[in-house]
Amino acid sequence: MPGAIYAEGLVKHFGDVKALDGVDLDVPEGTVLGLLGPNGAGKTTTVRCLTTLLRPDRGTAIVAGIDVLKHPDAVRRSVGLSGQFAAVDEYLTGRENLQMVGQLYQMRAKAAKQRAAELLEQFHLTDAADRPTKTYSGGMRRRLDLAAALVVRPPVMFMDEPTTGLDPRNRQQLWDVIKQLVSGGTTLLLTTQYLEEADHLAHDICVVDHGRVIARGTSDQLKAQTGGERVEVVVRDRGHITAAVEVLSGFGKGETTVEEHTRKLTVPVSGGAKLLAEVIRELDSRDIEMDDVGLRRPTLDDVFLSLTGHLAEEKPGESSEAEGPKARKHTKEPAQ
Amino acid sequence: MSAMNDSLVIAHRNLIRMGRIPEMLVFGLLQPIMFVVLFTYVFGGSIRVGSSISPQAYREFLMAGIFAQTVTFATAGAGAGIADDMHKGLIDRFRSLPMARGAVLTGRTLADLVQTALTLIVLAIVAVIVGWRTHENFGKVLAGFGLLLLFGYAFSWIGALIGLSVRTPEAATSGGLIWLFPLTFISNAFVDANQMPAFLRHIAEWNPFSATVQACRELFGNLPPGFRTPDAWPMQHPVWASLIWSAVIILLFRTLAVRKYRRAHG
Repeated sequence: MPGAIYAEGLVKHFGDVKALDGVDLDVPEGTVLGLLGPNGAGKTTTVRCLTTLLRPDRGTAIVAGIDVLKHPDAVRRSVGLSGQFAAVDEYLTGRENLQMVGQLYQMRAKAAKQRAAELLEQFHLTDAADRPTKTYSGGMRRRLDLAAALVVRPPVMFMDEPTTGLDPRNRQQLWDVIKQLVSGGTTLLLTTQYLEEADHLAHDICVVDHGRVIARGTSDQLKAQTGGERVEVVVRDRGHITAAVEVLSGFGKGETTVEEHTRKLTVPVSGGAKLLAEVIRELDSRDIEMDDVGLRRPTLDDVFLSLTGHLAEEKPGESSEAEGPKARKHTKEPAQ
Repeated sequence: MSAMNDSLVIAHRNLIRMGRIPEMLVFGLLQPIMFVVLFTYVFGGSIRVGSSISPQAYREFLMAGIFAQTVTFATAGAGAGIADDMHKGLIDRFRSLPMARGAVLTGRTLADLVQTALTLIVLAIVAVIVGWRTHENFGKVLAGFGLLLLFGYAFSWIGALIGLSVRTPEAATSGGLIWLFPLTFISNAFVDANQMPAFLRHIAEWNPFSATVQACRELFGNLPPGFRTPDAWPMQHPVWASLIWSAVIILLFRTLAVRKYRRAHG
């Protein structure tokens, strides 16, 4: 039986550009799928096809058990969409925005009013409820946009880059809201360029690039696919480097790399925490003092790099060497 | 029923916006008021209409033209508003909701109709102040304003299509205005078209704009002394011509705009 969100072979062209090149998805009810990919990978187009905003050229899409192509209106009644750009009317107050959306979901004016008040409370917007949303901060606008998507408590939610452009504090807040939502049983498809975000929120991850799903699995599975874990040691005394290399080489399954100036040694291993404990005991028994030691798993950044050969947020013309795998652009929310 | 309801919800939303951006309404009013004052005092007395060159005859002749020009400016407002909604992602929000397909556009054009009506009221008061008078009964005068509102409503559907077709609100504003100038000037709005060279006169006589202006002049009793009504059918039956033109424009542009809306992506 297909999941709450199901897609098979979605293809969409924009002129000569193949935006989707056969996307398959299956999201079981009550779970979160993270659609991960760089700009232009086809994430937004996928969401637009699944939420009836775009008609795919080919393929099947079933959302909440309803065929998207055959019964778009029934799908619209069962899904909530929260967009990349906070789509709220900036001249209307938060309350007026939510009431309007409720009425357009065919609620009676009174019911829409009551639901708006509930949502404002739930999203900590009551104090700002009667101010035009123009005066809201970026984080508040995102929360209102999310609230608008939740007016009818839809069983299936789509969020297109919900935290793009938010500062870390607002991102964390929004993550908490999303987690709360999912714990209530909502099925969620989330697109993101933030690898950390997918890792944090999604049960399953699909990595998309050039309109195709190029890898899928849990965060752990994807990391394992990229290659193993490694032990990193920072020794206190530069004179101990040679001795430490000797120890690490005994445990490692590859060459030990040394960064002289930071006194950091890295070696690929397999064996997890148990092996790490052995490494520490051995270093300790030889009186090699450590500033830091740990087991490092590949990040999703590493996963992305190894799958696609380029970085998630790489723009044409930017070299991946210069950026480094950890480079990430956080756009500050606009000052109010 | 839900289509009407959805349209009213959207119209309500646009009216709230209008109230919160009063400068839009004010600028929308200043322009026609300036036209009234400038045309009345600068050209009045030097433009011959019918057989008369008196300032009062021109003043009364002019107003129907300015009223009609003003209602067609609704095109720019509707266009800019819808382009802005596209630009800000609001159209996406609406399209993801289980609402009637044409309601976003109908709601917008209805709100514009309210704005047009307000503008006409203020403008009519200014016109009376500078000396405009009607010479027919109240019912006919009201019917004239009814024709103007219908004509303006039709033009806001042209604006809706423009708004859905351009990328920015600024483009929608200029795209909604630029062609209105030749349309309103190659007509009987500001001058007596009988005095134009033959080929321009034919264009003017069949111009949809001229039909509404001519109809209003008849209904207001503002035809100048010695005015010879042209033989062209729309000038002989201007009320019918105006109604038909408005209906055709609404049907055509509503169909095109709603179709475009369904496929729109901002």
